[in-house]
Amino acid sequence: MTAESMPSLEVRRGLLAALRDSDVLYSFRRSRVTMVAAAVTLIMVLGAVFAPWIAPYDPFDVAQLNLLDSHLPPAWLAGGDPRFLLGTDDQGRDVFSTILYGARISLLVGVLSVLLAATLGIVLGLIAGYAGGAIDAAIMRAADVQLTFPAILIALLIDGVVRALFGDGRHEQVVFWVLVLAIGLSFWVQYARTVRGSTLVEKSKEYVLAARLIGLHPAAILFRHILPNVMGPVLVIATINLALAIILEATLSFLGVGLPPTQPSLGTLIQVGNNFLFSGEWWIAIFPGITLAVLVLAVNLLGDWLRDALNPKLR
Amino acid sequence: MIAFVIRRMIQAALVLLAVALISFLLFRYVGDPVNQMVGVDTSIEDRARLRQELGLNDPVIVQFLRFVGNALRFNFGISYQFKQPVIDLIEERFPATMELSIVSALLALLVGIPMGVYTALRRDSWLSKIFLTVSLIGVSLPTFLIGILLIFVFSVTLKWLPSFGRGEVVDLGFWTTGLLTASGLQALILPAITLGLFQMTLVMRLVRSEMLEVLRTDYIKFARARGLTSRAVNFGHALRNTLVPVITIVGLQFGSIIAFAIITETVFEWPGMGLLFLKAVQNADIPIMAAYLLLVAAIFVTINLAVDLLYVAVDPRIRIEARTT
Repeated sequence: MTAESMPSLEVRRGLLAALRDSDVLYSFRRSRVTMVAAAVTLIMVLGAVFAPWIAPYDPFDVAQLNLLDSHLPPAWLAGGDPRFLLGTDDQGRDVFSTILYGARISLLVGVLSVLLAATLGIVLGLIAGYAGGAIDAAIMRAADVQLTFPAILIALLIDGVVRALFGDGRHEQVVFWVLVLAIGLSFWVQYARTVRGSTLVEKSKEYVLAARLIGLHPAAILFRHILPNVMGPVLVIATINLALAIILEATLSFLGVGLPPTQPSLGTLIQVGNNFLFSGEWWIAIFPGITLAVLVLAVNLLGDWLRDALNPKLR
Repeated sequence: MIAFVIRRMIQAALVLLAVALISFLLFRYVGDPVNQMVGVDTSIEDRARLRQELGLNDPVIVQFLRFVGNALRFNFGISYQFKQPVIDLIEERFPATMELSIVSALLALLVGIPMGVYTALRRDSWLSKIFLTVSLIGVSLPTFLIGILLIFVFSVTLKWLPSFGRGEVVDLGFWTTGLLTASGLQALILPAITLGLFQMTLVMRLVRSEMLEVLRTDYIKFARARGLTSRAVNFGHALRNTLVPVITIVGLQFGSIIAFAIITETVFEWPGMGLLFLKAVQNADIPIMAAYLLLVAAIFVTINLAVDLLYVAVDPRIRIEARTT
C-alpha cells in the first residue's frame, strides 16, 4: 500500500512518517535516472525562484544595458567577453540572466495553469461522478467535444478571443493571465475524466454510505471524504501536464501570441533569437532552447517515474 | 448494425453542431461585425442599413440557423484583414497543409513501425536503447524547437535545404502540388520531419508495446511450437495483429497533425491554413478563426466516424457488441 491509497485517517499520523515507509521513496532511491531528473528539476526551479539574486545582471534594468555589449558570443569563443558567460542578445542583455528570468516566467505560467486545470477538472469530475444523470452527461459531453481538438488549438482560440475583446493595447497587460487561462482551460478534461471514474468507484463504498447516513452535506462528502482517495492519479497527470503546459506556453510565445519581449518567457527568448539564427548568432536562441528541452525532459522523467511508482500493477 | 451506424452519425452531427454554435457565438458576439467591415467615417444610418442587410437584427436562433446553412455551403463570410471571402483564402492554402500533413503521417508510419518492431524483438540491444532514449527526447522537444534546430543545421550551417516556403508548385486546377518539382520536394523535407517526428516516436512506442503484448499470447507460442520460422511468426502473425490499433491511432492522430501544422507552418513560413489561422488569431480576424475551427472539427469528426465504422466492419467482436447494446 502506498501512502496515497491509505485511508485518510492513517495519513494523519504524519505525512513524513508515511513517506519514509512508502514504496514511493524506495523506488525513487532505486532509480538513478529519476534522481538525476529530480536534481535537475530542483536546480532549475531554485535558479528560477532566486533569479534576482543569482543572475549577474537585471535584464529589465535599462540602466545596466549597453548597446556596445550587444551580439557578443559566449565567453569561451573568439570575441566573447568574460563578463557574459553565454553571450549577449541584440539589446546587450546577458543571455544567462535572461534565461534565469525566462525560466521563472515559464515555470510560473506552467504551475498556475496546471493548478487551474486540476482544480477545474477535479471539481467537475467529482460533481459528474457523484451526481450522475443529466449533470454527469452534460459535463462529460462538453469534455468529449473539447477532446475533439488538441490543446494548442483551444489555447490559440481562447487567446484570439481575448485579443478581440480587449484590443491590442490592453491585451499586453493581461497577457500573462490570458496564457494561464488558455492553457488551464485546454487541459481540464483529463483530470475530470480520471476523477469521475474514481468517484464512481468510491461512491459505492461503505464509508461514503456511512457519511451519507449521518447526514453530511454532499459538498463535505465530496471534498473531505472522496477527494483524498482520488488524488493519486491526479498527481501523476499534474506532473506530466506541467511538462505539456511549459511546452504549450513556450509554443504560444514562440508563435507570437504569448508573452511579449518586454516580459519574456523561454519561448519568447527563442522567438527573438530565431531572428538572429541566420546571421550565425546561434547562442541567443539555442541556449534558451536547451534550457527548455532539459527542463521538460526532467519533468517528463519525473512524471514517468511517479506513474510507475503509484501504479501497483506495474510492480 | 444499421442502428449503430445511425447512432454514431447522429453523435457526430451533434458534436459538429456544438462546434458550430461556438463558432457562431464567436462570430456574432466577439467584436462587432459591422464595425469590422466599415470604415470610421461611415454614418450611423449606413451602419444601421448594413446591420439590417446582414440580418443582425433577426432573432438569435434565426441567425444561428442561417450561419449553419451558410457554413454547409462553405460560406464563412469576409475576412476582416484581407477583405476577401474566407473560403477563397482557405481553398488557396488547403493543399499546402494537406500535403505536408499526409507526408508527415506517412513518414511517421514508415519509420516508426520498423523502429517499433525492432525495439520489441531485440529488447536489450544497444540500438533499441538508443531508439527509446531518442524517442523520449523527441517527446520532450517542442515542435518549434525541432524545426529551429533542423533549420540551423541543414539550412544555415550546411546550406543543403531551403528553410522557408513551398518551392515551385504545379497548379492542377483544383489543387496545387509541390510534389512534382525538385524544389518543392526539397522544401518539403524539413517541415515534414519536424511535423512527423512526434508522431513517429508515438508510433514506435505503440508498435513496441503492442508487439510485446502479442508476442506473449498463446497463439504465438503455438505458432512457434508448430515450427514456423521466427520471421513468419514475427511478421506474419505478430506484426499483422499489432497494425490494426496502430493504424487506428495514426488515423485519429491525423487531426492533431493538421492542428500541429500551425507550428510547423509558422517556423518554415509554409503557406498553409495553419499560418492563415495564426495570422487570424494575432489580428483577431474572427471569420477565419470560426471557419478554421469548423473545418478542423469536420475533419476530426469524419475521421473518427470512419475509424469507428471500419472497426465494426473489420472486427466481428465489436459487431456483436454493437448489436447487443
